[in-house]
Amino acid sequence: MNIALTVDSVQQEALPSASEAGPAPKRIVVAYGFWIFLLSDIVMFAALFASYAVLVHATAGGPTGAQLFNQTTVAIETACLLVSSYTCGLMSLAVNSRNRLGTYLGALITFGLGAAFLTLEVREFADMIAHGATPQRSAFLSAFFTLVGCHGLHVTLGLIWLVVMMVQVAVMGFVANVQHRLLCFSLFWHALDIVWVGVFTVVYLMGVSL
Amino acid sequence: MTLLGKLDWSAIPFNQPIIMGATAFMALVVVAILGFITMKGAWLYLWREWLTSVDHKRIGVMYCILALVMLLRGFSDAIMMRAQQAVAAGGAQGYLPPEHFDQIFSAHGTIMIFFMAMPFVVGLMNFVVPLQLGIRDVAFPTLNSVSFWLTASGALLINLSLAVGEFSKAGWWGYPPLSELQYSPGVGVDYYLWSLQISGLGTLLAGINFVTTILKMRAPGMSYMRMPVFCWTSLATNLLIVAAFPVLTAVLAMLLLDRYLGFHFFTNEAGGNQMLYANLFWVWGHPEVYILVLPAFGVFSEVIATFSGKPLFGYRSMVAATMAICVLSFLVWLHHFFTMGASANVNGFFGIMSMIIALPTGVKIYNWLFTMYGGRVRFTVPMLWSLGFMVTFVIGGMTGVLHAVPPADYQLHNSVFLIAHFHNVIIGGTVFGAMAGYSYWFPKAFGFKLDERWGKASFWCWLIGFYLAFMPLYLVGLMGMTRRMQHYDNLAWQPWLVVAMVGAVVILCGIICQIVQLVVSIRARDKLRVTADPWNGRTLEWATASPPPAWNFAFAPNVSGTDAFWTSKRREQAKQDKPGPARAYKPIEMPKNSATGFVSAFFAVVIGFAMIWHIWWMAALGLLGAFVTLLAFAFRKHTEFEVPAEQIARFERAQQAGAPA
Repeated sequence: MNIALTVDSVQQEALPSASEAGPAPKRIVVAYGFWIFLLSDIVMFAALFASYAVLVHATAGGPTGAQLFNQTTVAIETACLLVSSYTCGLMSLAVNSRNRLGTYLGALITFGLGAAFLTLEVREFADMIAHGATPQRSAFLSAFFTLVGCHGLHVTLGLIWLVVMMVQVAVMGFVANVQHRLLCFSLFWHALDIVWVGVFTVVYLMGVSL
Repeated sequence: MTLLGKLDWSAIPFNQPIIMGATAFMALVVVAILGFITMKGAWLYLWREWLTSVDHKRIGVMYCILALVMLLRGFSDAIMMRAQQAVAAGGAQGYLPPEHFDQIFSAHGTIMIFFMAMPFVVGLMNFVVPLQLGIRDVAFPTLNSVSFWLTASGALLINLSLAVGEFSKAGWWGYPPLSELQYSPGVGVDYYLWSLQISGLGTLLAGINFVTTILKMRAPGMSYMRMPVFCWTSLATNLLIVAAFPVLTAVLAMLLLDRYLGFHFFTNEAGGNQMLYANLFWVWGHPEVYILVLPAFGVFSEVIATFSGKPLFGYRSMVAATMAICVLSFLVWLHHFFTMGASANVNGFFGIMSMIIALPTGVKIYNWLFTMYGGRVRFTVPMLWSLGFMVTFVIGGMTGVLHAVPPADYQLHNSVFLIAHFHNVIIGGTVFGAMAGYSYWFPKAFGFKLDERWGKASFWCWLIGFYLAFMPLYLVGLMGMTRRMQHYDNLAWQPWLVVAMVGAVVILCGIICQIVQLVVSIRARDKLRVTADPWNGRTLEWATASPPPAWNFAFAPNVSGTDAFWTSKRREQAKQDKPGPARAYKPIEMPKNSATGFVSAFFAVVIGFAMIWHIWWMAALGLLGAFVTLLAFAFRKHTEFEVPAEQIARFERAQQAGAPA
């Protein structure tokens, strides 16, 4: 959400010594806690990235990344995800101004782009499996499917979360809890983008050049 | 039997008298407890006041109860191993067959680390940290309840493995390829993996909760450098949890994928790499030992300052040392496998880092000594545990530095010398710290002290028993005995192992003393009744009633320095005990109880059990149940209730009337 707005909503006289100001408002606490969760999630991805890096050459005579990856598909996937982050930002703006229609619209486009990303990813996986490049084929493919699949799983959970949030907006309106959760959702969605930038670079770009 | 996956009657080991005896005993205890609750008609009370409670104090107490029960379970494994090794020398085979012995040492390690030490320190943090910070609850109270119940689910699953199926035989760290399907086709490793995944998730959520609480929820005026040291060490511990546990989740997930879907992360074929597992496991595992010991350091800091009647010596250096340990703990993991065959430079780096981490710990020891120096030391039970810790932990630390020298480690690796070392630091550090915290904060939690005489007896049994049990292991380790031996031929070891067995029995006496202490104290609770501040304490938890009301503090305390409560006591004395102007009580918003934690843990058990036995439909059902639980929580209308000002005023008046002058 909008940072300027966040600072505005904090009472100015509480600021002189931030560490002595007493318990922070609920909204700050929720977002902060969610940030910590995201950091832990990124640590988990770091472990998966490290495993991938260790196993990338362990192809056991099977296909390598350069033989498998289709740059065009991945470019479209990346575009879908990056644009969905933008529309997610637009949704956050609509939430800030209590604009239901704008919220639904932003969510709809975000959902569509996320679903398109997933469809492309599933097709890519299915294609690879059809050609015998299954996760059981080699340690490299195990690591590939786990890392990219784990990101895909996160996107799937994000889509389910988005649907639940839209139902909450419809049923409960913009109450404080719903707003906090929408804020967390947008943090989550942007974090998935950051992870994807890592996947795109480490797996696909470096994979083709190897 | 496809409907029940791999589960059938052969899963229950009817032909093994020891296991069936233990199972029957556990079943009897459970039935007795359930019967007792029913007899007392306490189910509704239990459900309303404890199982669905989101009060950090209640959750903290439940964590500690879980830890104490699991201590009994883990200890019975320990004494069985000691008994086996005391007799199984030369021609004698002892009473435990190898496959059972293997399960016992695996279960002992797993239970003691994950379900005894972890819940105990998390329980103490739960109870104490919000009180010390001067706030009403943690940042996310319902999440806190979920964390506890997930930990309890993991504990339940691991104990279920005793009766249904088997436990892992691959050690508490489950190294592949032994833990792979090829060499461990049974359900043992799956029990290990799922119970750790479920409880690990609970621990991670607790970590997130506490980092947020400590960084964002302190009382007005409590800047970072005014926080009690226990809060600092808790912060460090929870930062470590947040940064380390996701790695454990990832590495166990990879092993699960290997076992369930035929992936090749750690297998012998298709390019799998077993050392990848060892590296990832210890990237979590080494911070884990500091996760366990840092809260204990915090307890000792509080106890030693209180019972020396002095502020902690070198507060700032204590904080700096804590945070230094927090960072350094991520730079030493490779010393768990110097023998992997990394280059001399790599081993050299990790050896030096491992020695460096001893420095901040040394700073702490000196700080505690200087705190006592010139103070009026009161030798209460918590203080005895602290003194025992200082002596014992220094010995354990020194043998640790010995391990940090790679060439020496090549000799000591995998020997019982190592076993002696880490029991020396975990029992001497974490367990003694947990016991010190238990006797120190017990009066705060329940309003009466624990019996001193039995407490002292327990301490001495533990201390003497510890030395008897583990000093011989250093010796036989140097004599060449490797760990995990169900049977050995070198008769020269046997006398020492008999001594170690005697030590285990002495520790057993210590545990019995603790049980007696608890019973005696509960029966004599009216005589042991205490006021808010039984120890002449220094920090804010002693400023509120014992036991504290649900809302902890009627007014948010205002903090103007370290040792906040001590300072305010001094100020009031200076004002000659003139009470300040009466303040009007205001109603307080408190989080409502929630069954979310209990219900989601139920589904976690269903999922875990179903996955272990390959009952796919049941796992799917469990997942659906968990999702519905989450939705039910998300759509709750009322999340808080109001404690009326009248109720708070009545409580405070009763406290003041009841308090002796």
